Amino acid sequence: MKEPKDLTYGPGAPDMRAGVFSNIGDRIFRGVTLVFGAMIMTLVILMVAEMTRNSTLSFRQFGLGFLSHSEWDPVHERFGAWPFIYGTVVSSLLSLILAVPLSLGTAIFLAELARGKLSVAVAFLVELLAAIPSVTYGLWGIFVLAPFLRQYAEPALAAAFGFLPMFRGTPHGIDMLAGGLILAIMVTPIISAVTRDVLMAVPRTQREAALALGATRWEATKVALSYAKSGILGAVILGLGRALGETMAVTMVIGNRPQVSGSLFDPSYTMASVISNEFTEATSDLYRSALIEIGLLLFLVTIVVQSVARLLVWRVGRRLKEAKA
Amino acid sequence: MSAERGVLYRKWLDRMMLGMTTLCALIAIAVLLLILGYIAIRGASVLNWNLLTQLPKPIGETGGGIGNAIAGTLILIGLACLVGLPVGIFSGIYLAEFGHGRFGSTLRFLTDVLTGVPSIVIGIFAYTLLVLPMRRFSALAGGFALGVIMIPVVTRTTEEMMKLVPSTLREAALALGAPEWRAILGVVVRSAGTGIATGVMLAIARIAGETAPLLFTALGSRFWPRAIDEPAPALTLQIFNYATGPYEEWHRLAWAGTFVLVALILIINISVRWLTRNPYRTGH
Repeated sequence: MKEPKDLTYGPGAPDMRAGVFSNIGDRIFRGVTLVFGAMIMTLVILMVAEMTRNSTLSFRQFGLGFLSHSEWDPVHERFGAWPFIYGTVVSSLLSLILAVPLSLGTAIFLAELARGKLSVAVAFLVELLAAIPSVTYGLWGIFVLAPFLRQYAEPALAAAFGFLPMFRGTPHGIDMLAGGLILAIMVTPIISAVTRDVLMAVPRTQREAALALGATRWEATKVALSYAKSGILGAVILGLGRALGETMAVTMVIGNRPQVSGSLFDPSYTMASVISNEFTEATSDLYRSALIEIGLLLFLVTIVVQSVARLLVWRVGRRLKEAKA
Repeated sequence: MSAERGVLYRKWLDRMMLGMTTLCALIAIAVLLLILGYIAIRGASVLNWNLLTQLPKPIGETGGGIGNAIAGTLILIGLACLVGLPVGIFSGIYLAEFGHGRFGSTLRFLTDVLTGVPSIVIGIFAYTLLVLPMRRFSALAGGFALGVIMIPVVTRTTEEMMKLVPSTLREAALALGAPEWRAILGVVVRSAGTGIATGVMLAIARIAGETAPLLFTALGSRFWPRAIDEPAPALTLQIFNYATGPYEEWHRLAWAGTFVLVALILIINISVRWLTRNPYRTGH
């Protein structure tokens, strides 16, 4: 239901209340809600300020070289974040490679193929994957996934694709592959839920037009997919944002060794993991400052990634609304 | 459309691709069942009353429990609600009622940003804000971190739910002569109450499972939680420590702890789903 624009009340109406109906209770109420709203704003600003302030020491000491140096030596207080950046980026990309096809398939099934109760039930089950806590994925990863990878999956991969450097080396089970797999499971519900919503928002006429021209259902689905593609890209980037910042599950299965290795069978380390593992042990100010700088970096990267994703999803939503109107 | 391709090929491709999407959905559900199945089997087999009510035993002794961790998690959730609920609900009201201007859209954007901030970063924030000045790890810092994580979830649900309330209800209250604040609090917020409550429940389910922001705020402890300015145990921290530790006995406790945690979270999720179930069908 759309509100006429000249109404005095209701969402979207021009705000004329202060003048005509001003009432002391109303002003106080409005003030109180404003104060709480401003608290959120303060919180975000404070977050940036506190983390910047607390990482200044490390930034002064190492400058931009902090990002590119791969030495991480708490004893001699020489810190470079490259192994962690590398581990974060590679594990996140690996998770997307695995999760995107799976999520798109699931989303297409939910939006185009399944109907009524079946679609609702399957969507709910997939969303439950997002409700399972990170530490639970980690526990499952250590005791179920890692032994499986070590004994069966990794030897099989090495036998079949051993000519590629990424499948060489001793199968550890606790390694980059395990980290990427766990992340893939964790981002699948996000990517598939957003993609499903985007697909559901595509006007039915798009598919009907294709079907009327004699297209098969899959071809009509492709039309819907191309209509929704920037929203789907947004969904994938939202998944990326989640993968970059994910901490516990990755920490528990990735092996936590600060090294840059081309093999997926080698242990690695991520930005979030190094913070979670070493923060309480960081006794010197410089050590702690370096860890906070990694946290600040993670914060800034996820903000950019999230903003891009939201913009893409939001724009598709708006375009579709206009098309429907 | 590729008319030059054979009809048979196109039909085959259609079947095959749609079959693949079904397979994808089946894989996703299979993974869920695999994880829940392991938790149910390994967790339920070790669960008993002592385990739920006792303190952990020293290393090497069998038995002992996760009672303190369960209590700690409940306390942390309580503290988080003290921080997260007022800020979340009132800023949600602000966004729904007064948030049409530029400040409103900025606030909405920042709330979304806050949703995407990795929880470990919020842990660092709580550390610099509370642990450093107080010079000690505390339940308070842990509760604050969880509260910050709750805020955006509660804010956005409150806003969405209030916008669903028909404006006729508000207009009826105003026509009866109620001042606007009473119309909002007494009619709009109350009508949206169930929706807001489910949002709060989901936010609680989410923070109950958080580990990363507690690592260097609440820290964890082997004792019953005592004061809010002292380190507090938490179920998730205990699971993490036990899972990564070397002892068989610890692994047993980790599975039991996970069973309790996941059961709590699933119960909240499923009951919220059941309470808010919608007769609306999503098919085309």
